[in-house]
Amino acid sequence: MMSKIVRTISNILIPLVFIFGLYIILHGHISPGGGFQGGAVFASGVAMIIVAFGSASVQKRLKEHHLSVLESAGALIFIGLAFGGLATLFFFNFLAGSAVFGHIPPSGSNPGDLWTGGVIPLMNIGVGLKVLGGLSAILLVMALASSGIEVEE
Amino acid sequence: MTAGLPFNIPFLAVVALISIGFFIILTQRNLIKMVMGIVILESGVNLFLVSLGYRTGGIVPIFTHAPEGVMVLPVPQALTLTSIVIGVATTALMLSLIMLTYRHTGDIDAEKSRRLKG
Amino acid sequence: MRKAAVAVSLVVIVGLLVAAAFLIHPFGQPPSQMDDYMIENSQAETGTNNVVAAVLFDYRGFDTLGEATVLFTAVTGVVMLFRARQKREI
Repeated sequence: MMSKIVRTISNILIPLVFIFGLYIILHGHISPGGGFQGGAVFASGVAMIIVAFGSASVQKRLKEHHLSVLESAGALIFIGLAFGGLATLFFFNFLAGSAVFGHIPPSGSNPGDLWTGGVIPLMNIGVGLKVLGGLSAILLVMALASSGIEVEE
Repeated sequence: MTAGLPFNIPFLAVVALISIGFFIILTQRNLIKMVMGIVILESGVNLFLVSLGYRTGGIVPIFTHAPEGVMVLPVPQALTLTSIVIGVATTALMLSLIMLTYRHTGDIDAEKSRRLKG
Repeated sequence: MRKAAVAVSLVVIVGLLVAAAFLIHPFGQPPSQMDDYMIENSQAETGTNNVVAAVLFDYRGFDTLGEATVLFTAVTGVVMLFRARQKREI
């Protein structure tokens, strides 16, 4: 638990870091970024929480089996979308040209349209959930172990 | 940087990083310094993968508001993303094992923790 | 004895790396044709503006599947190593 100045500034900055990480995940198909990069930015926000408020008081509200449920949900979304196009191939893009996320962009340089991409924005969300759950779980478990507190079941 | 360089400077930087990484792994005895050497080696390999696919005077391979010009190769960038995430996973596991070794024997010297004790 | 072995192996590795750095293709002219196909046809086939995301999730989706598996295994290993030791009753 650090001093009052650090905790006040963290209260202002941490929601901005979370929103920036989610923005990078959701706009992964029209600008540089995607699932892995946005998940890493989100996990650095969680690291700021653990450093500013101490790992003992974080562990009362955020147990690490909530984070493992989040990570498994992201992995299941990713695998489920991969099996969805199994009529043709294993990783086939079955949503390109259809109702959901199905516009085709004009060829060449264009201002980006959010509803393009087919199955790729949904896969970005799945991988983003997996990376942020996994890296946050690693950070929380290591911070608890180095300050001498045992991890509960 | 549209003119050609006299000799391949990015590849010489990769050679410097990889040799520094190998030197640290082979000569240091502290376990944490060995992990730092492995991380420097992985950074050198990632730099090599990214600098393989550069075209002179190229632009980012994204079509949103793209200026005129040829695009750099996109496949080495995708391989580098995968390699960075695997490096993070390996470093996390190595550091966890070092913490458990310190808790068990009280010492992080590579020469002293050679035998498996009770 | 051990210092001689370390010095010889370091000299051999650095020598081979420097020789390879001068024999590789000049920086800025990669000899590749597969990426030209991907740059031209990715907007019509996959429907995204981002060619790197299309390569990661559509043309080379198996690499992303393998890397998700590695990340999952590493997280499971780290969390398992730090569990509390249970007292055994004999």
